[in-house]
Amino acid sequence: MLNRIELLQLIEHNARLSTAELAVMLNCSEEAVAAELEACKKENMILGYNTVINWEKSERETVTALIEVRITPQRNQGFDKIASQFYRYPQVSSCYLMSGGFDLMLIIEDSTLREVANFVADKIAPLEGVLSTSTHFILKKYKSNGTLFEQKQIDDREAIVL
Amino acid sequence: MSIDYLGSISSVVNEIKPSAIRRFFDLANEMKGEVISLSIGEPDFVTPWNIREAGIFSLEDGYTHYSPNQGYIEVRKAISEYLERRFSLKYDPKTQLLVTVGGSEALDLIARALINPGDEVIILEPCFVAYRATVTLARGVPVVIETKEKDEYKLMPEDLEAAITEKTKYIILGYPGNPTGATMTREDLAKIKDVLVRHPNIFVVSDELYSELSYTGEKPASIASFPELYDRTIVVNGFSKSFAMTGWRIGYMAGPAQLVAAMNKVHQYCIMSSPTTAQYAVIEACRNGDKEVDEMRDEYNRRRRVIINGLKEAGLRCFTPTGAFYAFPSIEGLGLTSEQFCEKFLMEKKVAIVPGNAFGECGEGHVRISYAASMENIMEAMKRLKEFVQDLKNGSKE
Repeated sequence: MLNRIELLQLIEHNARLSTAELAVMLNCSEEAVAAELEACKKENMILGYNTVINWEKSERETVTALIEVRITPQRNQGFDKIASQFYRYPQVSSCYLMSGGFDLMLIIEDSTLREVANFVADKIAPLEGVLSTSTHFILKKYKSNGTLFEQKQIDDREAIVL
Repeated sequence: MSIDYLGSISSVVNEIKPSAIRRFFDLANEMKGEVISLSIGEPDFVTPWNIREAGIFSLEDGYTHYSPNQGYIEVRKAISEYLERRFSLKYDPKTQLLVTVGGSEALDLIARALINPGDEVIILEPCFVAYRATVTLARGVPVVIETKEKDEYKLMPEDLEAAITEKTKYIILGYPGNPTGATMTREDLAKIKDVLVRHPNIFVVSDELYSELSYTGEKPASIASFPELYDRTIVVNGFSKSFAMTGWRIGYMAGPAQLVAAMNKVHQYCIMSSPTTAQYAVIEACRNGDKEVDEMRDEYNRRRRVIINGLKEAGLRCFTPTGAFYAFPSIEGLGLTSEQFCEKFLMEKKVAIVPGNAFGECGEGHVRISYAASMENIMEAMKRLKEFVQDLKNGSKE
């Protein structure tokens, strides 16, 4: 019996596992894995496959900022309408409705600090319904999506343990 | 005049033979770092962080002293609750539990507290190497029952009956087993119980270090769960394998109060008490470790499937392991001894596995493959094994 949650957890961790490899790990046929993956896509459960990249190791300059936005919800639309005005910008890589002291959390990725600052000042803050924004820049990524960015665990075990 | 060191060493220590695979050992050690190692009988996982943190916190708080010999009562309570929750085994934390330095110390204490010179102890080979040695060191006589692949490495009741003499003191059961990965079901154990009921003077030592690592979908049965045997069974368990805590050196035994008191006497004079830091970590492990244990078990299970599939593709016959983290395939018919096979595989394909004869003579003809290694390494090693076996088969035809 194919366990859907287990399948999703496996590919969330390593999207490059082949259907053949997944079939062995999950003790089912390759066809069953392929069919399940297809079903998950159809149900909008699997939305895409990403790669975890430490951009700091590359030539490419990027800055990431978390922006807390306080807004006034709109009649009949709640927060959804105004959220959509934010997440349509390609610079906004993530957009969440939050509980607590602010309403929307935007994660912005751009190439320079100035670009992010300008984006917030020009596009986010002036929008109708925005009460305030608070911008936090990420200085260093230690761990992202469950992956450690710096230290690798060293295997210090003995050569043979009976 | 030179000192006769060898002649000065006690006869029982001299009696313990160096490992049958010592040469292979040395070779594998030299190549450590350049090879993929599927030869390690300990988890590749690091101890879950909440457990490590509990140990660190105890140090910060200054808990750096001896504990009571038997272990902190808080630790014994946590173990008692854990055994009842996970395995439905009931032990009184005050009198029936002893916290030891790993399962290994427990095996040694049992041997020293129970054996009179010449007493026989039944062990089931192929098995963990300490069973025989602890018995010999306590001046007991190991009596070997060879369990067989065709019986799925289970103890057969008729073999047990045949091995019992009036000198038999106890039998050591190690299921789920190292190196075979075999498990005995409750029905299998019931047949053993029937034999033992006929011999009321024999004790049972049940080494259940791998009890959390069972892939049958249910927890393995403990022979202690039979009321007829509860009063003469000592369960040995620990945190090394299931909680990935090998380096902490902590385990325990659970059994009849009077025996535990006797073991504690030995423990008190040779060890004093188990590591205090580890004891604090274990409280956290028992109370908040289930999720991590289950996740590790599920990952081992996936690796097990990859290994079984890899062995099938390589054309090596293998009993399907249902517990621990080992597969024990046969390499018969390839014209090599276990040790030759492993050495050639190590040199030519840079993968380390263990010759089966390390676990008793009857392990010859088999090799132990550990899946306490990353999935990536296991997949690569299985690819190389397939090539290697293919090369051997092609070679023998020429």
